[in-house]
Amino acid sequence: MTEPRLSPLHDEHVALGASLTDFAGWQMPLRYGSDVAEHTAVRTAAGLFDLSHMGELWVHGTGAGDALDRALVGNLSALAPGRARYTMICQEDGGVLDDLVVYRLADDEHGAVYLVVANASNVAVVRGALAERFAGRADVTLTDRSDETALVAVQGPRAEEVVAGLVDDAADADAVRALRYYAAVPARVAGLDALVARTGYTGEDGFELFVPAGDAPALWRALLAAGAPHGLVPAGLSARDSLRLEAGMPLYGNELDTTTAPHDAGLGRVVKLDKVDADGAPLPFVGRAALDARAHSAPARTLVGLQGLSRRAARHGYPVVTSGGAVVGTVTSGAPSPTLGFPVAMAYVTPEVSAEGTELAVDVRGRHEPVRVVPLPFYRRPR
Amino acid sequence: MTTDLPGDLKYTLEHEWLSDGSPATVGITSVAAEALGDVVYLELPAVGETVTAGTVIGEIESTKSVSELFSPVTGTVVEVNTAAVDDPSVVNADPFGAGWLLKVDVTEAGPLLTAEEYAAHAAV
Repeated sequence: MTEPRLSPLHDEHVALGASLTDFAGWQMPLRYGSDVAEHTAVRTAAGLFDLSHMGELWVHGTGAGDALDRALVGNLSALAPGRARYTMICQEDGGVLDDLVVYRLADDEHGAVYLVVANASNVAVVRGALAERFAGRADVTLTDRSDETALVAVQGPRAEEVVAGLVDDAADADAVRALRYYAAVPARVAGLDALVARTGYTGEDGFELFVPAGDAPALWRALLAAGAPHGLVPAGLSARDSLRLEAGMPLYGNELDTTTAPHDAGLGRVVKLDKVDADGAPLPFVGRAALDARAHSAPARTLVGLQGLSRRAARHGYPVVTSGGAVVGTVTSGAPSPTLGFPVAMAYVTPEVSAEGTELAVDVRGRHEPVRVVPLPFYRRPR
Repeated sequence: MTTDLPGDLKYTLEHEWLSDGSPATVGITSVAAEALGDVVYLELPAVGETVTAGTVIGEIESTKSVSELFSPVTGTVVEVNTAAVDDPSVVNADPFGAGWLLKVDVTEAGPLLTAEEYAAHAAV
C-alpha cells in the first residue's frame, strides 16, 4: 500500500473536522458534517470544494492546437483564448481514456497555451498518452503541473457574489461577474494570482479557481470567511457525487471507461468528425476510424436516467430488469436524490427499453424495485 | 472521532447496540451513523415479526451508501421507531437515544461485546 497523497488543503480539512476518504490515491474530504446539508447549500447558496487531486497538464507551443486536435476528439484549435471545452481522450478503438476540460489561455511569445484538466485517477494515463501522441513534434511541449497546482471550486447561486467580492481590482471583478459559462480569466482573488474559470460539476452556476499549491490555504480561508454570510459551507466528495448525479453528469469509472465510446454515454457531440487539416482533408485523430463507424451504427446500449418509484435506491452495478425479470442493463450510478426526494440512477440499457416512460425494475439486493426511464438531467437549475 | 459509547449498552461487530433486559432496544452506533453519512431511509421489520440473531432484518440507506441491519438477538419485534422511519435524520443526531430503531422481546442473545470491546473493534 502506498500512502495516500495529501491535498495542500489537508490541514484545513482536518481543522474543519472533515471525514476523510481515500479517492484515486488521495486522501480527500468526504464530508465535513452533514452531506445532505452540504448538497442543499450548493443548490440554495454556495459550497466550497477542494479539487486539488485533479490533474493539470499544460500544452504549449505554436503547434499546441493542432497537436491537441490530433490527440483528443474535440476541435481545440478552434477554441478562442479565454474559453474552455468539455472533451475526451480516446483509444484507437474509441474507448474513453478520460473526460477532460481543456482551457485555452492567452497566447504568449512561444505560441498557444492550453490547460488540460484530467481526473485524478487518470492523470498518469492522460500524460502518457499525450506524450506519446506529441512524440516527434518540436512545436509543442507538455508539462504536468498537477503537484504544484491547487484547485478549489465555489458552486451555487451565490458563487458569483462570493468570488467577485474577493477580487480587489474593480475591472477584474467586473470581468469575473461577466465571465461566461466555460470561460476563464486570470484575476487576483484575495490578493492571490488565480485563474478563475466559470465551470463546475454540480449543475449550478459556479467557479473553479486554479492557484499555486502554496497559496491554496490562504485562498480557502478567504473564500470560507467571505462566503459564510452568503450561506457558503465547505462541501465534500459525497455532496459532489450526489450533485453531479442529479445534474446527469458522467463520472469516469461509472458512466465512462475504456469499454465505453462517447456515443454510448449520449456524448457523441464531443466527437468532432468534421475536423480538417490545412488542406481541408479530414484530420486524423486517435480513435477517428472507430468513432466514425460508431457514429453511423445502431448502438448496443444507451445511457438513460431512471427515476425510482419506491424508496430503495439503485446503486452502481445493480442489474436493470424487465417486468418479466430479463436483464436489460446495469446501473452505473444511483442514490436517493436530496433535492428531488426520490431515488435516481443512470444506467446502460439495451435500446429497446430506452424510451422515456418505459417501466423497468432494478434488482436492489434481491428485490425488484420499480423505476421509470426519464430524461437526463434529473435536475436543472432555475434561471 | 466518537469515544462516548454508553457503558450500559451491549454492542455487535456489525455496529448495532442493544440495551439490557427484555424487551431490549436496538439501534446502530454513532460509529456506524458517522460512517454512513446522513441517513435518508430506514427499512425495519414489522411489529410481531420474529428475528434471529446475526441475520439481516433491515436496511439503513444514506445518500452515499447503504448498510444492512443485523439483529443482535433472537426474539419478537414488539415496537419500531416510527418517528425515526418518518425522519431518519434522528439516527445521525442521536443514535443512542431518539434514533433507536426497534424493541425486541428477547428469547436468546447473540454474541455481544462490551463498550470497551466494541471500542477496540471499531478503533474509536
